[in-house]
Amino acid sequence: MSGANHVDIRTLSHPETATLEGKNKFLGFWFFLGGETVLFGTLFATFIALRNRVATGPSSQELFSLPLTFLSTIILLVSSLTSVFAVLAMKEYKIRQMQLWFWLTVVLGLAFLGLEITEFKEYVHEGLGYTTSAFSSSFYTLVGTHGCHVLFGVLWISALMIQSYKKGITTVTAPKYYVSALYWHFIDVVWVFIFTIVYLLGILGG
Amino acid sequence: MTANAHALAAYNQRKGFLSWLWTWLSTVDHKRIAILYLFGGGLFFVIGGIEALLIRIQLAVPQNDFLVGSTYNEVVTMHGTTMIFLAAMPLVFAMMNAVVPLQIGARDVAFPFVNALGFWLFFLGGIVLNTSWFLGGAPAGGWTAYAPLTTEFLGTGSDFYLLGLQLSGAGTLMGAINFMVTIINMRAPGMTFMRMPLFTWTSLITSTLILFAFPPLTVGFFLEFFDHIFHANFFNTAKGGNAIIFEHIFWIFGHPEVYILVLPAFGIISEVVATFSKKRLFGYTSMVFATVLIGFLSFMVWVHHMFTVGLGPMANSLFALATMTIAVPTGMKIFNWLFTMWGGQIHFTTANLFAVGFVPTFVMGGVTGVMLAVPSADSQYHDSYFVIAHFHYVIIGGVVFGLLAGLFYWWPKMFGKILNETLGKITFWTFFIGFHLTFFPQHFLGLIGMPRRYFTYFPDEGFNTWNLISSIGAIGMAIGAIVLVINIVITTAKGQKAAGDAWGIGRTLEWSIPSPPPEYNFAQTPLVKGIDTFWKEKMEGNKKVTPAEPLGDIHMPNPTILPFLMSIALTIAAYGFIFANQTSASRPLCLVIAAFGIGLMLLLMLIHSIKDDPGFHYHKEEIIEIEKGAE
Ligand code: HEM
Ligand SMILES: [Cu+2]
Repeated sequence: MSGANHVDIRTLSHPETATLEGKNKFLGFWFFLGGETVLFGTLFATFIALRNRVATGPSSQELFSLPLTFLSTIILLVSSLTSVFAVLAMKEYKIRQMQLWFWLTVVLGLAFLGLEITEFKEYVHEGLGYTTSAFSSSFYTLVGTHGCHVLFGVLWISALMIQSYKKGITTVTAPKYYVSALYWHFIDVVWVFIFTIVYLLGILGG
Repeated sequence: MTANAHALAAYNQRKGFLSWLWTWLSTVDHKRIAILYLFGGGLFFVIGGIEALLIRIQLAVPQNDFLVGSTYNEVVTMHGTTMIFLAAMPLVFAMMNAVVPLQIGARDVAFPFVNALGFWLFFLGGIVLNTSWFLGGAPAGGWTAYAPLTTEFLGTGSDFYLLGLQLSGAGTLMGAINFMVTIINMRAPGMTFMRMPLFTWTSLITSTLILFAFPPLTVGFFLEFFDHIFHANFFNTAKGGNAIIFEHIFWIFGHPEVYILVLPAFGIISEVVATFSKKRLFGYTSMVFATVLIGFLSFMVWVHHMFTVGLGPMANSLFALATMTIAVPTGMKIFNWLFTMWGGQIHFTTANLFAVGFVPTFVMGGVTGVMLAVPSADSQYHDSYFVIAHFHYVIIGGVVFGLLAGLFYWWPKMFGKILNETLGKITFWTFFIGFHLTFFPQHFLGLIGMPRRYFTYFPDEGFNTWNLISSIGAIGMAIGAIVLVINIVITTAKGQKAAGDAWGIGRTLEWSIPSPPPEYNFAQTPLVKGIDTFWKEKMEGNKKVTPAEPLGDIHMPNPTILPFLMSIALTIAAYGFIFANQTSASRPLCLVIAAFGIGLMLLLMLIHSIKDDPGFHYHKEEIIEIEKGAE
């Protein structure tokens, strides 16, 4: 099973799937993302059904501002790019570069979270509490669930990077780095949907 | 000293009860996890069964006052919830853990750690739910937990339901991913998809259904939980919420769920019928096709649970048609089983009795299912005892009979001893007759107008006789179950030892290795040459399956307590949220406890990420010793 130990790891072009364990992690994680897709799908469906049920509270047209969410979107998209660079560096065993790109991803993730928190604070200030209306509950739940995923991603990638100084790039660690980047792309894709369905549609009214 | 010798030495130091407990709490061996699932699920099956008997005592005579009002609602809710989530599901996982890796010639599952975590989450989730009895009252909104009943009108029992099932649901999801990857990635050389035994196939499809059906349930429960604990408005009409959304979400999960349960039962029946007819399964390819088709269709029919909601004639007709379509692949399966038996040398062992009893019983449930799929007729049947009769015919006549067939069939493989056949046959006949006595009359009760979930009826409604018969039948089922328990005790104490090929006519790979198998399952990974490869080898005069590799060292994962601790952490979080709702004074403290539980979970995940498990090796010499001892 661990035959790859005897080979010089640098000759492997795909260290993340070189062992059976790596292959399992890879496939299992894809399935996990399949489940996550359904999870977000259900949240989106609920949001779409409730997005105009504002009761006495403010509506999305009154609240959302395009420049702010546009900035968040750019930040998250760029962070996806940096995580791609990190994985490319990993495949070439350039550990310093990999660490650099992943740390950059983490910083961008934190910036995104910062913006999100300011945004939520602003909305609460303008009268959109969690319990204000069906719209507010479904909005905060959908976007907040995504935010929690970003937070988890930030913690996870940071934990992996701190360890990477000691463990390097091996057939054990490579699948972990790879899978964390996959996760990061996933939350990025979810955000693209949030941006269109929640914000763009919300501002346009539709 | 090797890691294994270390483990052994450590084991010898801590003898006695504590070390016994430790081995079970920290095991990552799928065969042991199977036993844990079996006894965990068995425990909840007994609890759910007692609840069923209480229901039947109350309904035995008109205007009974044994269990009335909300107590009755609690018992009915807990009966349904326990049976579905805490008995049937884990028992399915018990079979999958015990058998699937052996059937595909694997030494382990893909994620032993996650497998253990899945079990502990299920088990502690079940405990959380059941502690509600002592901590302020059980949930009473029915196993379907519709909103706004559950979110606005019932007490804290709902929180136990929502959070307990959230835990066990997470465990189920993990288990499913583990089995999907195991089956796809870990098959022995030559075990192509179209050579996989039917039980492995149905396990794969069931796991896929879990992967796509459980996340909606997770979301649905979270939304109710937010409504109930944080006063969100998803289902609160006064602030724009819409309770029908919950019904959709629940049944988008709920209908696939019934196929999640019954597909593995189909798989078991396919194995048992073929083995005890001494024939290859008739129509293997069409069986696989039917399984996949049922899995696919099961996501297209959920509205048949909502015909009376008023979604309009278009929606109702489409979903009615889709529902009736499922009868086609199911019918294919029925005929394939019959043709497998046709002309075979049928051995009526207990396992096979359950399989043979399954066929007509399940067909009856299927027939009432198609009746219910007609929307206009369903306006009459809905929420009556006719529905109760229908789903017990499919769930007990299908899932439970299938599981019992599998239990008798694979017990020798799991425990190395054959269950007593005489007692087994007593179990079959009492359970089978008791079952039909209990549930057949409920068809008539439904048709003459007895509504479900009501705690009593008047003497002049014409319900008396049927209800009394139904309650008497329940005694028969209880006797069958008690005899089964006695059987297990007697067999464990002084049962007859089973050979590797316990029935002498095994066809698939699990019968080619000792009973119970050594920790590493296969000393040498087998080479698979076709469907029923072990049977093929025997027909060619070989005692053993051709190996695909020379004898060598085998790498195994170390036991670990982390999965158990992680489940404890999440249990703490669950209780924190539950009690946050009970008194407003202690709310902040409880929320802090919940946050602590989640933090603890994250910490344990970090520890798991940092501590790579090097595993240990069985050395060639050790393996030769063990294999000799097993013969
Ligand atoms: C694995 C076995 C079983 C499963 C999965 C199961 C499942 C269920 C479910 C889901 C319900 C619906 C509860 C509700 O509507 O709230 C139910 C109701 C019921 N079950 Fe079972 N059950 C099982 C075994 C039994 C047994 C052994 C008996 C009797 C001996 C029984 C008697 C009843 C009765 C009387 C009801 C009707 C309660 C009512 O709606 O008034 N069940 N069962
Ligand atoms: Cu259904």
